[in-house]
Amino acid sequence: MTSLVLIEVDGCTGEPADASLRAVGLARSLGPVSAVVFGESAPAGLDVADVYLIEPSSVNGYAPVAWARVLAGLAGLAGLAGLAGFAGFAGFAGLAGFAGLDESAESADPAGPAGSAGSAVGPAVGVTAVLAAGTDRGNEVMAHLGAITGLPMAANCLAISPEEDGACRLVRQRWAGLLLEDAILEAPVALITVAADAPVEVGTVTPVEVAAVTPVEVGTDAATPVVHVHKPELAEGDLAVRAVESAAGAGGLSLASARVVVGGGRGVGGPDGFAPLEELADLLGGVVGVSRVVTSEGWRPHRQQVGQTGTKITPELYVACGISGAIQHIAGCAGAKHIIAINTDPGAPIMAHADYAVIGDLHQVVPALITALRER
Amino acid sequence: MDILVCVKRVPTVGGKITLTEDGQDVDTRMSGFTISPHEECAVEEAVRITERLGGTVCVLTLGAEEAIEQLRDALALGVGRAVLLETDGREYGSIATATAIAGVARDGGYDLVLFGNEASDTGGYQVGIRVAHLLGMPVATGIKNLTVSEDGSAIIARREYRGIEEAYTLPLPAVVTVKEGINLPRYPSLPGRLRAKRVAVERTAVAWEADGLRKERLRVPETAKHQAQVLGNGVGAVPDMVRVLDELGIV
Repeated sequence: MTSLVLIEVDGCTGEPADASLRAVGLARSLGPVSAVVFGESAPAGLDVADVYLIEPSSVNGYAPVAWARVLAGLAGLAGLAGLAGFAGFAGFAGLAGFAGLDESAESADPAGPAGSAGSAVGPAVGVTAVLAAGTDRGNEVMAHLGAITGLPMAANCLAISPEEDGACRLVRQRWAGLLLEDAILEAPVALITVAADAPVEVGTVTPVEVAAVTPVEVGTDAATPVVHVHKPELAEGDLAVRAVESAAGAGGLSLASARVVVGGGRGVGGPDGFAPLEELADLLGGVVGVSRVVTSEGWRPHRQQVGQTGTKITPELYVACGISGAIQHIAGCAGAKHIIAINTDPGAPIMAHADYAVIGDLHQVVPALITALRER
Repeated sequence: MDILVCVKRVPTVGGKITLTEDGQDVDTRMSGFTISPHEECAVEEAVRITERLGGTVCVLTLGAEEAIEQLRDALALGVGRAVLLETDGREYGSIATATAIAGVARDGGYDLVLFGNEASDTGGYQVGIRVAHLLGMPVATGIKNLTVSEDGSAIIARREYRGIEEAYTLPLPAVVTVKEGINLPRYPSLPGRLRAKRVAVERTAVAWEADGLRKERLRVPETAKHQAQVLGNGVGAVPDMVRVLDELGIV
């Protein structure tokens, strides 16, 4: 397969998102990869042959339809837009109708990696897959690409294996990763997002050999990719829906990236019971997260919810206090490296996922732990 | 403001998910069903908007006859009309689902079409966006805050992305997919439930169509089974907890 991968870049650090690197890793195991980056400069350490850098002057900021339209152009899918099916698709030749590729920057190595020579026609000759991270933005842009082209889109995949007849066998997440689906994707170009996390092991994937997702190390001896600066011409309508960003509401440690999360569930008892959890979280340099029952009771705001319909967390340590461990909660906290569960019920489902268990009442254990930590 | 809100009937799962013997579906013999969580909030949001600004709400689902139960749940919350796009019981793909919904929405004259961000079971992340393209409407997804502009001609839809707030302004008519947390859904009232029983559900059959993405089977992923190390009972466990925090490099 020849793939295009949409790279999400962290606005603060300029680094590619880990989830995007997972997508690159999966695509790399299947064949040549070109990366697509919206921004001023290409992030370092992308292990790909080509980088298509989409100039901010053409798409400034995040405009999902415009991003999808650019991917369609680069993948040679522009001609599909508006067609109901794939009839006549087989005849498409290269990048018909796709112009405006401007190569104003070249790799330091004139020989370049294989595939870069003579790329004046564009990268995308023979693209058979377009991938993105299974993030809010990745899933959104790829769904737009699916809608624009009429092609199917498979969200949150963990493994892909091309078949001889051009179809793809794949494994994707359902129920936020609590279930896996073995599926066949039949399309001239496979539109795929790669699960941003795997809360549970993929295990034996399918009878056929499937390339597993492996994150790519940044800054290894990857060949320097050829950077193509691209200024696509976009219709006004495609740019109409765009994000206006503000830092409002931010501040404090983000639940998604916190090193320690202290979780509270029904066992906390009510909105007034969270002070000790806050105090413990402060002491451990972390934040408080809660289960769904806590937010649906209105005890705490929804942005603190850990789980399938809240935030998926990946801390070093998750201290689950008075949380029974409904499966939707496990979907959100299984990415924690270590779990300590404090619960009066030794048979609570959370215990099957915890590394350490304390059988007891959180209202006694948490204050005692705080005292012990303060006395150190 | 006339609103169409689209919901999906999904199994209620608690401690664990089990599959049918052929691996094609979640075994629901022991479970109930519910409206997918994000969509419960979409229903609530639709009702709140019309309570404030006037207008109507129609709830729609694509599913087997049993999904009428979820339509009645929505009716009990204050929705006025209900439409069942009736399937033959098979799982319909995203493209077929979106095409059927757009067919109904196109002639409805709706100002706003609401969805959940993704269905909790299939997690396809695309039906709302596909419907928007089929209708030629703008769309914003994953929305946690929705306000209607003063002149009623546009909506401002907000969400969070990596700690940054994003705001989208969409001229109406528009499609919005929402996430849980946008509101706290109300409980149905007794009069609401009684009224819901009396509303006639409008039914249209939708033929199944093959999708380019085809399910072969479902699997429960293998989890690394491990036994939690019990540190102790009650406050007696505290010294060991401190030791573990130390070993893990947390303190």
